[in-house]
Amino acid sequence: MKPPPFVYHRPASVVAALATLAEAGEDGKVLAGGQSLVPLLNMRLTQPGHLVDINRIRELSYVDAGSDAVRVGALTRHAELARHPGVPALLREATGCVAHPAIRNRGTTVGSIVHADPAAELPAVLALLRGSVTLASAAARPGRARPDQEIVRRSVAAADFFLGPLTSAVRPDELAVEAVFPRPAPRSGTAWLELSRRKGDFALCGTGVLVTLDEDRRVTGATGAYTGVGPVPVLVELTEAVAGRPVDAVDWDRAGTLAAGAVAPEDDIHATAAYRRQLVRVLSARAGAAAARMAVADG
Amino acid sequence: MAEPMHEVALTVNGVPRGAAVPARRLLSDFLRHDLGLTGTHVGCEHGVCGACTVLLDGEPVRSCLLFAVTVDGAEVTTVEGCRSADGGLGPVQQAFQDCHGLQCGFCTPGFITTVTAYLRENPDPDQEQARDAIGGNLCRCTGYQNIVASVLRAAQLQRGGAG
Repeated sequence: MKPPPFVYHRPASVVAALATLAEAGEDGKVLAGGQSLVPLLNMRLTQPGHLVDINRIRELSYVDAGSDAVRVGALTRHAELARHPGVPALLREATGCVAHPAIRNRGTTVGSIVHADPAAELPAVLALLRGSVTLASAAARPGRARPDQEIVRRSVAAADFFLGPLTSAVRPDELAVEAVFPRPAPRSGTAWLELSRRKGDFALCGTGVLVTLDEDRRVTGATGAYTGVGPVPVLVELTEAVAGRPVDAVDWDRAGTLAAGAVAPEDDIHATAAYRRQLVRVLSARAGAAAARMAVADG
Repeated sequence: MAEPMHEVALTVNGVPRGAAVPARRLLSDFLRHDLGLTGTHVGCEHGVCGACTVLLDGEPVRSCLLFAVTVDGAEVTTVEGCRSADGGLGPVQQAFQDCHGLQCGFCTPGFITTVTAYLRENPDPDQEQARDAIGGNLCRCTGYQNIVASVLRAAQLQRGGAG
């Protein structure tokens, strides 16, 4: 089908975009890569009156790979992030699992997070790394201050950002300008594994595991993050199943069992709840072991 | 009330082209209806089938998931632009003919553009990599064996081997 009519806005700056979003209110929608929004428009599942196209705001296209965190601008495409040399392994692996190259060339990292699909990779990665999203909106009385004072920013932690399927904490007058992925602590390792019917499909279950060791190579912490088994990315603390043991002696099946007992997937057309629970069990064990190997290599 | 029109100018297959279209005009429809370039095919119109894949500034994208107005000023290569310099079949097209990589041909333009871009970065794929490269394109006729063979054959032709 074809998308419904809308009023098209192509602001050249963040300030201009925010003014338009404030005016449009509930009837406005941001267009970045469009790889989630345009299908919804084509199928007429959504009909916003105003589209605010941010593709000309080049200042929003960046990857800032700092020592403490990787900051990703709202216009950075999946493919650009995956190519960036300073991006941590977890982010690169998970981004490589997003759909197909043609989608990754256009879709944006921040857009995927804001879309908040519980089957998508990036929301789960953001949750696992205890990241955050920076939201900007127009100040109440624009035009009377310097341009940098016309913007109000707030940072929302991943734990508070995902409210439900396709629902995030972004208000209609806000633009998500940046996602912040903190780097794991020293002596940490990560892994991302997922299972889909065909490569590039949304996974039946995606699993990220973060493992941290102490100086004696004993496991001090392990956390799993899961897609496809709840209304939002699901975090499970795996530490009690594996903590205190030398990394070589850890039975990662124990972490898998713990995780499988902690999630509450539902039946749907793609897989039964029991099958998804089994995926959580198996993928947690495999990803945990892989993350532990990486942590050993890390120091 | 008539929809507002937007002037969109693109370089398509090396030729400057333009038209005034509503903001909601998909790039796929812009190419087909406004520019008359019907080589780009429209299948699912929600980004799954890959038939509408074109190269945007050299990179494969789904033209059904882009508004023409968004990519104003860009360079686009469609299947019509994948021919050889003398106007005959390009190497990827030739390979699909050689290997019976198409039957009804509906999905083929998306395969040709996808494979053209892939081989530029990966000139010598093995069978598994070739299979991976076309994972985002659906074909309902041939199955994929002949298409995988076509990818490998195209790589061979581009490397200059008649083999």
